[in-house]
Amino acid sequence: MRFQGTKRYVATEDLQIAVHAAVTLERPLLIKGEPGTGKTLLAEEVSQALGKRLISWHIKSTSKAQQGLYEYDAVSRLRDSQLGDEKVHDIRNYIKRGKLWDAFVADERVVLLIDEIDKADIEFPNDLLTELDQMEFFVYETGETIKAQTRPIVIITSNNEKELPDAFLRRCFFHYISFPDKKTMEEIVAVHFPSIRQDLVKEALDVFFEVREVPGLKKKPSTSELIDWLKLLMADEIPEDILKNRDKNKVIPPLYGALLKNEQDVHTLQRLAFLSRREAH
Amino acid sequence: MLIDFFLGLKRAGLPVSTREFLVLLEAMEKRLVLGSVDDFYHLARLCLVKDEKLFDRFDQAFSAYFEDLQSFDEFIEALIPEDWLRLEFEKHLSEEDKEKIKSLGGLEKLLEEFKKRLEEQEKRHAGGSKWIGTGGTSPFGHGGYHPEGIRMGGEGRNGGAVKVWDQRNYRNLDDSVELGTRNIKVALKRLRKFARTGADEELDLDDTIRSTARNAGLLDLKLVPERHNSVKVLIFFDVGGSMYPYVRICEELFSATRSELKYLQYYYFHNFLYDFVWEDNRRRNSEVTPTWDIIHKFPADYKIVFVGDAAMAPYEIASPGGNIEYINEEPGETWMRRMTSTYPKLIWLNPTPQDYWNYTHSIDMVRELIGDRMFPLTLNGLDQGMRYLSS
Repeated sequence: MRFQGTKRYVATEDLQIAVHAAVTLERPLLIKGEPGTGKTLLAEEVSQALGKRLISWHIKSTSKAQQGLYEYDAVSRLRDSQLGDEKVHDIRNYIKRGKLWDAFVADERVVLLIDEIDKADIEFPNDLLTELDQMEFFVYETGETIKAQTRPIVIITSNNEKELPDAFLRRCFFHYISFPDKKTMEEIVAVHFPSIRQDLVKEALDVFFEVREVPGLKKKPSTSELIDWLKLLMADEIPEDILKNRDKNKVIPPLYGALLKNEQDVHTLQRLAFLSRREAH
Repeated sequence: MLIDFFLGLKRAGLPVSTREFLVLLEAMEKRLVLGSVDDFYHLARLCLVKDEKLFDRFDQAFSAYFEDLQSFDEFIEALIPEDWLRLEFEKHLSEEDKEKIKSLGGLEKLLEEFKKRLEEQEKRHAGGSKWIGTGGTSPFGHGGYHPEGIRMGGEGRNGGAVKVWDQRNYRNLDDSVELGTRNIKVALKRLRKFARTGADEELDLDDTIRSTARNAGLLDLKLVPERHNSVKVLIFFDVGGSMYPYVRICEELFSATRSELKYLQYYYFHNFLYDFVWEDNRRRNSEVTPTWDIIHKFPADYKIVFVGDAAMAPYEIASPGGNIEYINEEPGETWMRRMTSTYPKLIWLNPTPQDYWNYTHSIDMVRELIGDRMFPLTLNGLDQGMRYLSS
């Protein structure tokens, strides 16, 4: 079955091809894109659309590749040996499975999300090369090999904070979620707010893209900010003509706090508003 | 037939590997896409390109391959990167023209002119598009290229709808990564990584517990090298008037280095390095640090970074008394030589776009002085610079 987006998620043509290729050829799919364009959400939606279980592994700066495979809890074993616990004789009692292990031994195909892989140490992706390529790894403590019965659908996201090693990239499909154009954006809004009035959406999108165009913004508002903002606009029942009749004197959109997350950006916008007001007089 | 496509990408400078090509073929074999060139475009990009910065180059190469089936001319146009165009452009300029560029400003317009000029030439030297006949010759090579043979210019496509790859949506992603504080920090991490090696040893508690437990309770001490950033950096910022357009980028660089590097000392200078520099820009007239003091105080393992546009009159570098504010006894270049001979790791970061470097004589002089270790103040340039500093 081909992934075509869901009721809550609009997938563009190229994204559909990307997911389809990753599913069919059983290779990891690396997703990059501006923050807030729905990278992490994609894995959830794919798992839902295809009816597969989702296993998420969120990476932190301290994450080690080994943690995704398994961890040997030596300290518990030491304690148990002092206490004379019977468990101590079997080392398997102290092996804690990681997310990859879980994904490999699942009886059905699962979706494995490795979220924000660029957060970890620079060597992290290299440590997972064979594991993701062969979908198997060796447990030294017990001498067994864990091999995936069905290769999971692996989706990896990156925020581009670090460059990923070439060897790793070669083993992945790569898709860059570019910022949606106006048409896609309208679809996205329609998916989230089916009942929203068309004209309100149109006006709001105009304002939104205008704000994105403002030069010098440190953090441009993205899709998730737009959706939050629309929620607020609707909750507040802002009359649509406030958006429509916006003239040069009102450069600052209502409830801008949802769109701009950076104090300096708000300041920039206010200054621009001030300047254009002055020009108007 | 796809082998040509693959080789075309390789020629266009995309880092594609055989392995990825085989994956693409596998995908084709599994009939992932059928009959639609659009879909094939997406699939090929998915398999072969692993960096959005390269999307634009891929678009051009892809477009070239498919147009190529119709005409070679388009192929050429797509293959020629703007940098190269600029260089070629320069060859066709007289000295007079070069002078004019500054006053005219926008190079874009001039490039248009250049294209026209080339077209005219083609008309005069009828001889057509044979230059590519040798097949493997790259149009980027020096000297090997004869402009007479080419018709440039993108107009005159044979109509029809604009293809996805022809829109070149990813053009602005190509090499124009925003140089935010965060990106700079990431680039600076190269320095940090280097600094981790070769320090003291300290007790690794985790590993000690682990191996003691493995040892069935017999104490087994484990030691690891201490992790601390011992890299030492001196940064010199140019505060000359011509640096005003780059204030923001310098601010960012400044704040990023401040938080990333522990052993950091920074100084300001005006246009070029002379007898003294200063630490506080507001009190630059009262509190100055003689350059000799710096050379004596900081050992040779300090890494030196100059940040400046290196745009000045040649005499400001080469002659005594060339300083525009006071009379300096020794020329700036003597001071710079002293620096380079004391500190082997020295780079110059220049916020001026690299394409324009050739238009300023003083930049060439500085580059020669510091052994061509000038890097543009872009993410890529910063990365190269840090690579050099930590090598």
